Amino acid sequence: MTLTAYIEGIGLLGPGLTDWPTSQAVLGGQQPYRSRKTVLPSPALLPAAERRRSGAIVKLSLATGLEAIAAAGLDAASLPSVFSSSSGDGENCHAICEMLASDDRQISPTRFHNSVHNAAAGYWSIATGAMTTASVLSAFDASFGAGLLEALTQVVVDDTRAVLLACDTAYPEPLYSARPIPDAFGIALVLAPQRSARALAQITVDLTDAGADRLDDAALESLRIAIPAARGLPLLCSIAQRQDKHLVLDYLDSSRLAAAIALC
Amino acid sequence: MNLLWLSHFTATSSIGRGLDQTLTALRQRSAGLAPCAFETVDLATFIGEVAGVDAVQVPSRLADYDCRNNRLALLGLTQDGFAEAVHAAIVKYGAQRIGLFLGTSTSGILQTELAYRRRDPASGALPADYIYGTTHNTFSVADFTRHYFGLTGPAVVVSSACSSSAKVFASARRMMAAGLIDAAVVGGVDSLCLTTLYGFNSLGLISEQACRPFDTQRNGISIGEAAAFALLENTPEHLDADAVLLLGIGESSDAYHMSSPRPDGLGARMAMQDALQMAGLRASEIDYINLHGTATQSNDAAEGKAVHSIFGSGTPCSSTKGATGHTLGAAGGVEAVICALGLQHGLLPAGLNTRQLDPTLALDYILENRARSVTRVLSNSFGFGGTNCSLVFGRAGKP
Repeated sequence: MTLTAYIEGIGLLGPGLTDWPTSQAVLGGQQPYRSRKTVLPSPALLPAAERRRSGAIVKLSLATGLEAIAAAGLDAASLPSVFSSSSGDGENCHAICEMLASDDRQISPTRFHNSVHNAAAGYWSIATGAMTTASVLSAFDASFGAGLLEALTQVVVDDTRAVLLACDTAYPEPLYSARPIPDAFGIALVLAPQRSARALAQITVDLTDAGADRLDDAALESLRIAIPAARGLPLLCSIAQRQDKHLVLDYLDSSRLAAAIALC
Repeated sequence: MNLLWLSHFTATSSIGRGLDQTLTALRQRSAGLAPCAFETVDLATFIGEVAGVDAVQVPSRLADYDCRNNRLALLGLTQDGFAEAVHAAIVKYGAQRIGLFLGTSTSGILQTELAYRRRDPASGALPADYIYGTTHNTFSVADFTRHYFGLTGPAVVVSSACSSSAKVFASARRMMAAGLIDAAVVGGVDSLCLTTLYGFNSLGLISEQACRPFDTQRNGISIGEAAAFALLENTPEHLDADAVLLLGIGESSDAYHMSSPRPDGLGARMAMQDALQMAGLRASEIDYINLHGTATQSNDAAEGKAVHSIFGSGTPCSSTKGATGHTLGAAGGVEAVICALGLQHGLLPAGLNTRQLDPTLALDYILENRARSVTRVLSNSFGFGGTNCSLVFGRAGKP
């Protein structure tokens, strides 16, 4: 059983990748990839109080999601959303665990509400005014694949456009040693059920037993392995290379995603 | 929508292990809430703790997953023949054709909270026996469950705070309708930890008494823990009259505030209306509403307004959180099972601990159990970040 949708907009932010338009030459192989620490923009769309309280995962989600939706020429408030992350805000989690292990356990209200896995979805809804459904997922290293499947089933079954926001941020030490995600990385995709003039590529996905594709560039391949959301990079590379392609994207230990990309 | 059959289901919470104890507790109106004596927590509050979680032993092959949340998951999975039903479904459909969708808010974070007390004084490092991925990580409970059963199909955790294990039904429905899977294990598991107890305390949202939903004097939640599961299959041609079906789902977001619901209840209203629309039902065809009913001032006020705007004052409703406590990411699953029991046994469960109903919330909030035939029910689950989900369940046979 395959799932087919059309990619109408792409958002990208990660180490050495500042947005989708300027990253295409790198992902397409025309320019070398140079890793540089991810710079997260301040989320201008949020009211001032929320902006002050927002952590890295919120900034990353807003930046990538809004980029994809703007590129597709759509209104964020109209789109159902799928947020998929290995975990919530790492810095915030560290701060809470540190306080709870101390003599003073009175964590702040902001720390607590930022600790929920759906913090990014909540801030997104406040920023965009979207009262649509938001699916908020985690599948550890399989989070990109899980998010893509959820977004595709939403598009196909409910016959609606949807935005996928696959984002991960770093844990500080000592958690970093236990979960070494080195930096922030996010991919957002606007997916549509029908082909329109905006469509960049058609994507058709099925489950497969085949092993996941690796990237040719060693530095990009280590990025793909290091951050769960970057497991989606082969998909963006194939679009950047302007090539129809059959890919295998990483997912669970028991199955991967076979993705056929056909440019529109 | 294609009707989905809850062919097997089970719940374990502070009111009981499995369906028999849960049903008995509901009939006897007994609550599972007691003064908090969990771990080293020094808060004056009531909690709904599941007895015996620490004694559960995870199989040695899954030792890396050992934490309170996965012990509670295992305790829940092994009630009511649920594990046997999953094994039978694997034989029937194949392990790769069964999806797994579990809700949790804090997963095994307690493991990290405890590890932070044992950091190396010089380096700050966490102890060598601490394992993040299989305990603390949000996905851990689904990963544990899929390895426990040998499931190889799509698997995911939904973690949208207190709507998590209601929204798993929505994700499962879509994946079944898309044809990627033939059946789904859905549910929710959330266990006590310091983050939620001290976190809700910081917001002034935990009560020092057993929570009193929809009471004039309500002043906060009582945190509980639970594991609830259901096996979803496509509806066969012939079903027993008391088989339970999922009829409709509605989901929405508030776009309002991180920790307060929209005062006008608009998000909640949208979720309920969408669930009714998907089920093809009018409000008057719903026999009972299991409210989110957390017993915070703001939730009950907003939810009361939203329910009244659709159902008026005529539909019997209650919150069962006075019995179980608020089991957070497991609440949607537990309350789905309570609704299923109500449908099968003709029981509308009373809300507990409520002494004086808030007269500004003009609902038929029931304070005594009602025994009557029940055909269709609606269950609400709302959460932090303004996430809303409503589910409609029905009995296969009409009365």
